[in-house]
Amino acid sequence: MTDLLFARSQMAMSLAFHILFAVAGMAMPMLMVLAEARWLKTGEPGWKELAQRWAKGTAVLFAVGAVSGTVLSFELGLLWPQFMQWAGGLIGMPFSLEGFAFFLEAIFLGIYLYGWEKVSPKLHLAAGIGVLISGVSSAVFVVSANAWMNTPTGFELVDGVVTSIDPWAAMFNPAFPTQALHMVLAAFVTVGFAVSGVHAWFLLKAPDATAPALGFHRRALSIAMLVGGVAAFVQPLSGDLSAKHLAKAQPVKLAAMEAHWDTATWAPLRIGGWPDEEAEVTRYSIDIPGGLSFLSHMDPRAEVAGLREVPREDRPPVTIVHVAFQLMVAAGFGMMAVAALFGFRAWRTKALPLDRWLLRLVVASGPLGFIALEAGWVVTEVGRQPWVIHGIMRTADAVTPMPGLAVPFAAFTFLYIILGVSVVVLLRRIVFLTDPRTPAADGGSDHA
Amino acid sequence: MLDPALIVAVIVFIALAVYTLTGGADFGGGVWDAFASGPRKSAQRALISKAIGPIWEANHVWLILVVVLLFVCFPPAFAAISTALHIPLTLMLIGVVLRGSAFIFRAYDPDGTADGDHPWGVVFAVSSIITPIMLGVVLGAVVSGDLPINPDNGLVVTDFVSAWLAPFPILVGFTNLALSSLLAAVYLVHEARGNAELQADFRKRALIAGVATGAAALSTLIAASSGAPLLWDALVASSWAMPFQLLTGTVALSGLGALMMRKDDLARVLVMVLVVAVVTGLGLGMLPWIVPPDLTFTAAASPPSVLWPVLGVLGLGSFLLVPAFVWLYVLFKGSAQEGTSA
Repeated sequence: MTDLLFARSQMAMSLAFHILFAVAGMAMPMLMVLAEARWLKTGEPGWKELAQRWAKGTAVLFAVGAVSGTVLSFELGLLWPQFMQWAGGLIGMPFSLEGFAFFLEAIFLGIYLYGWEKVSPKLHLAAGIGVLISGVSSAVFVVSANAWMNTPTGFELVDGVVTSIDPWAAMFNPAFPTQALHMVLAAFVTVGFAVSGVHAWFLLKAPDATAPALGFHRRALSIAMLVGGVAAFVQPLSGDLSAKHLAKAQPVKLAAMEAHWDTATWAPLRIGGWPDEEAEVTRYSIDIPGGLSFLSHMDPRAEVAGLREVPREDRPPVTIVHVAFQLMVAAGFGMMAVAALFGFRAWRTKALPLDRWLLRLVVASGPLGFIALEAGWVVTEVGRQPWVIHGIMRTADAVTPMPGLAVPFAAFTFLYIILGVSVVVLLRRIVFLTDPRTPAADGGSDHA
Repeated sequence: MLDPALIVAVIVFIALAVYTLTGGADFGGGVWDAFASGPRKSAQRALISKAIGPIWEANHVWLILVVVLLFVCFPPAFAAISTALHIPLTLMLIGVVLRGSAFIFRAYDPDGTADGDHPWGVVFAVSSIITPIMLGVVLGAVVSGDLPINPDNGLVVTDFVSAWLAPFPILVGFTNLALSSLLAAVYLVHEARGNAELQADFRKRALIAGVATGAAALSTLIAASSGAPLLWDALVASSWAMPFQLLTGTVALSGLGALMMRKDDLARVLVMVLVVAVVTGLGLGMLPWIVPPDLTFTAAASPPSVLWPVLGVLGLGSFLLVPAFVWLYVLFKGSAQEGTSA
């Protein structure tokens, strides 16, 4: 492997690790704030216990997210100094704003976690809402910088020199709105389903899911499924907006996602399939004629550009992008289906549905959000290759001259594996296992 | 006309000073966790854990602010530093990751709390020692003036090792470690109020750290004569050198004296003033360079069309940030909090 490949692997691994904690930092505050709001409204201590347990989990996840995010902000320079030298000023606005949002998030979280006895309940809830707002803003700002790499704007290039920098135009680049919306919804879907999955598993494990001692898990499921389910329904619409944007701004990425080789009218929507990058064909796919044309231009007869429009050295690795895209879409629709069933049962029974088959489905869909999340980032990052700044700077030209990059890659991989395992073990103990010494005995009116 | 690059540079140094006063002290707390001893060993650890628990994450963001301002407002400086100092920066980052994770893992372990035998406790202590050393090494390497820029391509000329693996940067690393430990100890004397024995423990530690800081700073100054000639010139030959040396010397000695006389509040203020003085001296000593010997901060600065909006954001952001940060400190560092649950 070359140093470039190690640098890319280290960046990819660091991002893939950090994103898990970043989505928790966005969506867990929503869950804990909803639980606390229920407590303030109903006065039932079970809701407070839920908010406090989720807050503990949030504390652990946020801490690991904060330090792994610090690593990323340094890695931009450690691995891609040429990119940062070129683009640092251009993507500065969202990063500066992100700094403040992250600051406020850390402050409000400190008050939320350690201030249960120190501030009034309403002020405490307000601190939680502060965590939620600043957490989501922080993610939106970071996504703006990534979106700029996809649609670089806000400057002029004169003989290879950047002039007339407009940081606001760079921040509000064309890819920003769709990408930010997709990311925020993804956070709520992922965390909602993962949390639902775990609590549903504890309900399934017990002989009777309606037992009073399981009130904690039923309350948790009701909130997590609400957040994850609603987001899962809105997410495909945001995906559709993204596709329409890509058709205009990054047609090569869209073509790679669809493994679409020849520019054509009535371009098909491909389901599954395996691209052969040598022969430039896609095999074993189910094609819906005109589907891609319709989704990208609202017209099945519209022409959609294919990968052959650009030379091979300007194409991303098609197989990776296509397969990742298929995975993301499949996982997304899977979660939407589970959310629909859950919502239907809840509406029919006017209560939290606890059918065993349904709980099994919820458990099974628990990891789907993570799969969709990681696959989605593969689509947007690998899909942008070979460029680090689309159409302007190649990834190979941005890498550090530092030799031996296998060493930091191995070190961080090892470190993150240990941290990942430790977090899972700890969360199981402090959030999900109901303490036998203090049984949550108030199982009565906990239906959402 | 005000030079926006100068304003941003001043803000970077202010952020660095605040980071040392807050985040640096959190690392110092980890140092005293490592050296917890005597009959009140676990009480010392519990106090440290309680003191930094609610605030360390917010404190840590000051470092992020420094990095972000550096890469947004001085991109060539950030590129040069992160290329040439890849190795100490990576070691520092591993320390940052391990310190934060280990602290939270231990704090939230239902069995562990502040027990020294807890495996994450050991990781927390060791990484709290390594990280401030590495941060100091990076700062020292930048100050040393060993990061020349190739005028043809604008990239730093480096063998990735010799700029930081040298006496001066390593001594700066140890000075930073000693200073962080000193800060933490004087803060902990304050945190331990109501418990005279625990206060005495940390007063003793503050004195040890104070002497260590003095020794490390003096060795660093001597090493600067050959290891960081620019800083040396500024610190001995410039117009402000004499008053500066007198001021820091007086503050440092008065701080030690105040500790010995158990004037804890005065000692704390003096140590904080000392930190501000050291960072100010570093900043003044570096002017007009940001990465000596070739990059001045004006040459490295992004265009005014980037700097002014960033300054605007910093100004507006402060309206939200400062009250929130103060609220955090008033809540958890305000008076009469003995006996509350941590």
